[in-house]
Amino acid sequence: MELKTFGVTVYVIWLREIKKYFRERTRLLAMVGQPLLYLVIMGHGLREMFQLNIEGFDYLSFMYPGIVAMTILFTSMFASVSIIWDREFGFLKEVLVAPVPRSAIAVGKALGGSTTALLQGAILLALAPLAGLALSPSAIIQILLLLFLLAFAITSFGTVVAANTESMEGFHMIMNFIIVPLFLLSGAFFPIGVAPEWMQAVMKLNPVAYGVDALRNIMFTGSPAKDFVVYYPLYHNVLVLAGFSVLMAALSMRAFNRVE
Amino acid sequence: MIEVQKLTKKFKEFTAVDEVSFTVGKGGFFGFLGPNGAGKTTTIKVLATLLRPSGGTARVNGFDVVREPAAVRRSIGMVFQDPSLDDRLTARENLQLHAMLYGVARRETGPRILELLELVGLADRWNDLVKKFSGGMKRRLEIARGLLHRPGVLFLDEPTVGLDPQTRRHIWEYIGEIRRTEGATVFLTTHYIEEAEACDRVGIIDHGRIVALDSPAALKATLEADLITVETRNPEDALRIIREELGLDAVLQGDRVIQVPAVNVADGELLPRLAAAVPGLSALEISKPTLEDVFLSLTGRAIREEAADSLEKMRQSRRARARKGR
Ligand SMILES: Nc1ncnc2c1ncn2[C@@H]1O[C@H](COP(=O)(O)OP(=O)(O)OP(=O)(O)O)[C@@H](O)[C@H]1O
Ligand SMILES: [Mg+2]
Repeated sequence: MELKTFGVTVYVIWLREIKKYFRERTRLLAMVGQPLLYLVIMGHGLREMFQLNIEGFDYLSFMYPGIVAMTILFTSMFASVSIIWDREFGFLKEVLVAPVPRSAIAVGKALGGSTTALLQGAILLALAPLAGLALSPSAIIQILLLLFLLAFAITSFGTVVAANTESMEGFHMIMNFIIVPLFLLSGAFFPIGVAPEWMQAVMKLNPVAYGVDALRNIMFTGSPAKDFVVYYPLYHNVLVLAGFSVLMAALSMRAFNRVE
Repeated sequence: MIEVQKLTKKFKEFTAVDEVSFTVGKGGFFGFLGPNGAGKTTTIKVLATLLRPSGGTARVNGFDVVREPAAVRRSIGMVFQDPSLDDRLTARENLQLHAMLYGVARRETGPRILELLELVGLADRWNDLVKKFSGGMKRRLEIARGLLHRPGVLFLDEPTVGLDPQTRRHIWEYIGEIRRTEGATVFLTTHYIEEAEACDRVGIIDHGRIVALDSPAALKATLEADLITVETRNPEDALRIIREELGLDAVLQGDRVIQVPAVNVADGELLPRLAAAVPGLSALEISKPTLEDVFLSLTGRAIREEAADSLEKMRQSRRARARKGR
């Protein structure tokens, strides 16, 4: 019975996210447009500068997985901001007073955010040929699974942050201090291996970096440049992301159980 | 059914609710009347298990709010003081999500939603986004939502605050309708006198304490005297004359109005004497005591700042009486 209520609550929160996502076309466009701009402007601009003498290396296709991860990062974080919104503008109260386990709210939020982030990522994935990448069907499936894992990890993390933030302003502050570094230190623009020691140490703490690395693992399968662009083996990335997800999900569930 | 005993809620050092006790019988209509910051919302939140009490006990629908929060939540419907709808969803979607959260049987959900939308007069707006609704419509939708799962107790935290008088009257009619058709126990907070007057029983709360608890009629009976309100261009002189020459108790209210508790209006002498004695008289009115006066006599303050203007108060009490007469 408890379990069923838990499941239904997760479903309700998830359903609400999805319904709203499809209703907001402008947000959808903005979220796709931004990475596209990065890819076109940064990718093409920097491509000419980074003509490395490594076989199979092309800056545009190197940066592409980073841009996909960026989309996931932004969409997931955006989804978790809405918790504060809900708390300030009310809907959360409706759920808190209902006879349902509160921890289910955190899970529903994280799953809803991951689903929308995944859809966003999938749209971007259709542009892979533009970045000079040909992806096999099995690679696409692996990538989608991975994107979901990455999105779940980040949404859960964002939920923990949001649950501990009082106001919208506070969240924006934190987000600026979190999102931008997470993105810049994700290895989206340069391989982890070429960064100075201290920066590598910081990047090892960044979950997004594991996502980017995992994506490159899959996208560069069979390419002679793979050893240069990839830092960890794929299973390593997946394990770290899964562990981080479990930890963050547990923390976010606990945070919601505490809400008064 | 609500049973509250010596309920206390502290926020750190500050006591927001102070040893409050009252009971509301099954099907009863209880009003909590008090000014801003009196502790009305805090009490409701404790009863709804959203806040833990610092002391005392409370049972809602027979369940203890601390030991059986899940059972309490299942048996209550809640309309919060601040909006809690998702305004990017439609009216029906808001109700559907609620039905799922409360485990309303799927078969029953559709008809029940229809029935309630009819009840609050929103049947033709079911597919509109809530953000297109007016304040009054949102309120009605929230009331419908609170009733969806057939709660034994419905909490309404200032259901009409911030709405225009006509909308308020509408909501009021819906609440009456709901009491007839759903038979729920209703617990309502308000700082509108005329709303409290319509309840079976009223608790007057101030600074976290209940200062009076009874039916509106019984509360008003504690102030046996009618009130004479005199409006004059020359209040200082008038006040002195009323006090010294007529020997009556009188207080200045605002800058033009004097209130006199009327001991014997019926003897027919007092009014002509008063009218003759007061310089610059521009209006004179006699009113029955209202809950506002009860509050004033118990706390020495008006419930709402604007109500301190007793012309406004006279209008209010007249309105309340007109309504009862209807
Ligand atoms: N979470 C909180 N932390 C600290 N103080 C609080 C908290 N919630 C309420 N209070 C204080 O408790 C008192 C009672 O507040 P409450 O919201 O119950 O008043 P109210 O009667 O509902 O007033 P209103 O008519 O304005 O809604 C107020 O002084 C308020 O500042
Ligand atoms: Mg309140």
